[in-house]
Amino acid sequence: MAAQTASVHKIRHHYSAGFIIWTIFKYFTLILVSFTSVLPIVSCVITAFKSKTEYQNTNVMQLPKVWKLSNFAEAFQMANMGRAFLNSLIILVFVLLGSILIGTSLAYALNRFKFIGNELIRNLFTFAALLPGIAMQVSTYSIMSNLHLINHLYGYIFLMMGTDVISIYIFIQYYENLPVSLDESAILDGANYFQIYWHILLPLLKPAIVTCIILKGANTYNEYYCAHLYLQKPELCTVAISLYTFTGPMGNQYNYICAGVIISLLPALIVFILCQDQIYNGIAAGAVKG
Amino acid sequence: MSPVAATTPAKKSFWKSRRGQQITVIIAFTVIPVFLLMLFTYYPFAEMVKFSFYRMRYVGRRVFVGWDNYKEIFKRDDISGSLILCLYYMVGALVQIFLALYFATILSMKVKCGKLFKGLIFFPYLINGIAIGFIFKFFYTRGFVLDTVLHALGIPMSALPYWLKDRAVNNWSLVYSSVWRYMGQNMVLFIGAIMSVDSSLYEAAALDGANNWQKFKYIILPSIKTIVTLNIILSITGSLSAFEAPYVITGGNNGTGTFFVVMDKVAHTSQKVGLASAMAVFLLCIIFIATIIQKLLFKYIFRNANADDESLDAKKAKQKARKAAARAAKKGGM
Repeated sequence: MAAQTASVHKIRHHYSAGFIIWTIFKYFTLILVSFTSVLPIVSCVITAFKSKTEYQNTNVMQLPKVWKLSNFAEAFQMANMGRAFLNSLIILVFVLLGSILIGTSLAYALNRFKFIGNELIRNLFTFAALLPGIAMQVSTYSIMSNLHLINHLYGYIFLMMGTDVISIYIFIQYYENLPVSLDESAILDGANYFQIYWHILLPLLKPAIVTCIILKGANTYNEYYCAHLYLQKPELCTVAISLYTFTGPMGNQYNYICAGVIISLLPALIVFILCQDQIYNGIAAGAVKG
Repeated sequence: MSPVAATTPAKKSFWKSRRGQQITVIIAFTVIPVFLLMLFTYYPFAEMVKFSFYRMRYVGRRVFVGWDNYKEIFKRDDISGSLILCLYYMVGALVQIFLALYFATILSMKVKCGKLFKGLIFFPYLINGIAIGFIFKFFYTRGFVLDTVLHALGIPMSALPYWLKDRAVNNWSLVYSSVWRYMGQNMVLFIGAIMSVDSSLYEAAALDGANNWQKFKYIILPSIKTIVTLNIILSITGSLSAFEAPYVITGGNNGTGTFFVVMDKVAHTSQKVGLASAMAVFLLCIIFIATIIQKLLFKYIFRNANADDESLDAKKAKQKARKAAARAAKKGGM
């Protein structure tokens, strides 16, 4: 045994100077960019905990001496955030449900069946994806108002469901990976087309559905322009709109504003930490298949 | 299993036949999405084109004015000036893609705390627009966050501009906030694309002695070409429609109002719906043209992407020889 250990040499790695410089540069840039990413948010967190006098008297980046939690409660009340979270939740649930049902069924029809309008419908959706939403709102506002859909949650929900092109693409891509032989064997067993869709293909689409939930969910939760246009009554506010209450006369009380901002960030943060990998896969899936 | 009934009904309802069932499903599954698409995208588009030829508010009478609205786009300084602002955002977008590519490459290889870095860089994408507005209003306010950090690095306060008011820098401040927000998402996209490259290619290259830079140039770049060009096209058209950053941070004041910010003001504050519609249609045409130009440009640049192993010159030489032979044969046959 002693003879063997004696012959084991320590392996020496020879690192070239270039390699060391590159490694240092690599980590330096990574740390720098992470710092800049985090800095604005951290400064908000620090400020959110300061009392009014501390906020006015101390330098922005100094840590508060007294960590005041009440800012959060007060901001929550001021911006009516309880109501806002409820509204946002309702909107989220219905928009996601609607998007998934519409998206998967449309993708099913487009991918599995040959019919005259197939190419046309696909092109219509592709072209529609080019049109920036904000530009469309100029006339959509007039249409929504004529249909009496303004200032009703369901009007906004319809709008969000109807302007959704990305999820359809995701689903079509996924259907391409599901072999038609599945359909065929189901037909031999006597299933009709709806049953094939509902019982066989839909369960297999779970990863795509998860992707859709993440992407569409993030978009819907963060959407504020259309919400601002179409949900003008205070009791219909979403989380994004509730932050608007901090503009105007409240404009300078950054300790409350930051508290409100942090509150609105929390759901996104929690979901992000829990589902990090799925989120990355979802976005990357758009890259690989897109 | 009981034998299939040999009797087929004399007349089978069309709707129960294979084709009938297919048509039912097709119609049932396409009617709602297409209806919504028409209602909320194409019908508004048509209405907008119509509105652009009128002088009107959202309620009330309309006056047909022909091309006047379009002419006014060029006459009004604030509108035509706002178009130029998109150049700032284009520069920012290109920087963003470059950075995203750089960090995606680094983070695709083994890095300590890679996940942490990835998360920190990506998170800004999940923050909602108004929160970002406040965060950056706070960040850029005189004497606040950015100023404090720069001061700590030794830059005197007197040399620091008013980030959001000073017209020389305020657009760059906004562009920075946009890059801050979206770089992470681009990066994750690129990481996904890089990871999807067959890893055996990397091993083979390593065996052949390729260093990291060569791996990047010859394996990564060609494989993610499509996704990078797609992102470039989307970023350029995105810059033309830049809206969120100026809208939430400065409200478009002090010369930061991009085209759509001004359009929103014109539509809802000034209630000049006709003019706003003309603006929207105008920019949509520009976006459309820009997209087509870019697609053609990239098609041209990458036209030899699928060339075989033969060098391009050898191929061209072969083609020339073939043509000459054909010509000679024709001449001979005459």
